[in-house]
Amino acid sequence: MSPLELFEWLQNTYWSMAIRESLILYPLILTTHVLALCVSVGLIAIVDLRLIGLRFSNVLISEVTGKLIPWALFGFTLMVTSGLLLFYATPLKAAQNPFFQIKMFALLLAGLNAFFFHAAIYKKAITWDSLQIVPFRARLAGCVSLTLWTVVLVSGRMQAYNWFN
Amino acid sequence: MILLPLFEWIGSTNIGLTIRDSMWLFPVIQCVHLLALAMLGGSLIVVDLRLLGLGLKRHPITYLSQQAYPWLIGSLLMMLVTGLLLASSDTLKIYFSPPFWWKMGFLAVAILFTFTVRRTALRLEDIQLEPFKGKTIAICSLMLWFGVGFSGRWIAFY
Repeated sequence: MSPLELFEWLQNTYWSMAIRESLILYPLILTTHVLALCVSVGLIAIVDLRLIGLRFSNVLISEVTGKLIPWALFGFTLMVTSGLLLFYATPLKAAQNPFFQIKMFALLLAGLNAFFFHAAIYKKAITWDSLQIVPFRARLAGCVSLTLWTVVLVSGRMQAYNWFN
Repeated sequence: MILLPLFEWIGSTNIGLTIRDSMWLFPVIQCVHLLALAMLGGSLIVVDLRLLGLGLKRHPITYLSQQAYPWLIGSLLMMLVTGLLLASSDTLKIYFSPPFWWKMGFLAVAILFTFTVRRTALRLEDIQLEPFKGKTIAICSLMLWFGVGFSGRWIAFY
């Protein structure tokens, strides 16, 4: 079964149709998606501003990540859950939309950036934790994160427009 | 209603007509509106979490709110400008859209609350702000702003 066949099958399941055609469910899931985005991307942006050194310089980097990322992850979980439901409602249309493909790619890169920041750079954070001017690599991670999340939001919003289909 | 002529006039301005006739202007302004929303969310939530006794709780409320403030103002202004531009392109649709009026109601109260009650409380030293009062303010702030976002997303549907 090819992915497209799978999406076509998904699209014809009862709940996919139910969400797609509901005048309440679809807007409700979409609204949840946007409000969850507000929490997760909003807090990630605050962490990024600290990494870049623009704001909250009195707060240790380990503190800003340790105390705010759990809340960002809470929003992220809600965002992924509602996002999966939205995809489930219109899998074929979404998968064939270039904006959706860009969004997924940027999301993957944002995940990798966060992973590498934690795995490689964050270990050293203890030594430069209290420095108000953070090393270049941490600043870079912050800038990359802000850029990638901007791409995710923009392409996600543009997904409503089927310019290329 | 008394506001209908005002809405009709805004819709007939060059700005409104240009956005309506362009294929890409409306989507691009929507994207800026959404980016500003995320930033507004972050700068509100980082302080409201602190008021709830969560998040960056080792730091004074005054410090956090002072650090978040320029981004709060910047993103709010950006949202208002882009929101007005989006609205100007289809004033008759939003005039007859109940979620739009819900959103305006929430927005008016949220702005008023943020720049009076919340701002006054955030200026106090931590010791002067009772935890219960701080928590109540944070919950009101979150509910009001989420109300704005919630009803905003429904304008496209009703």
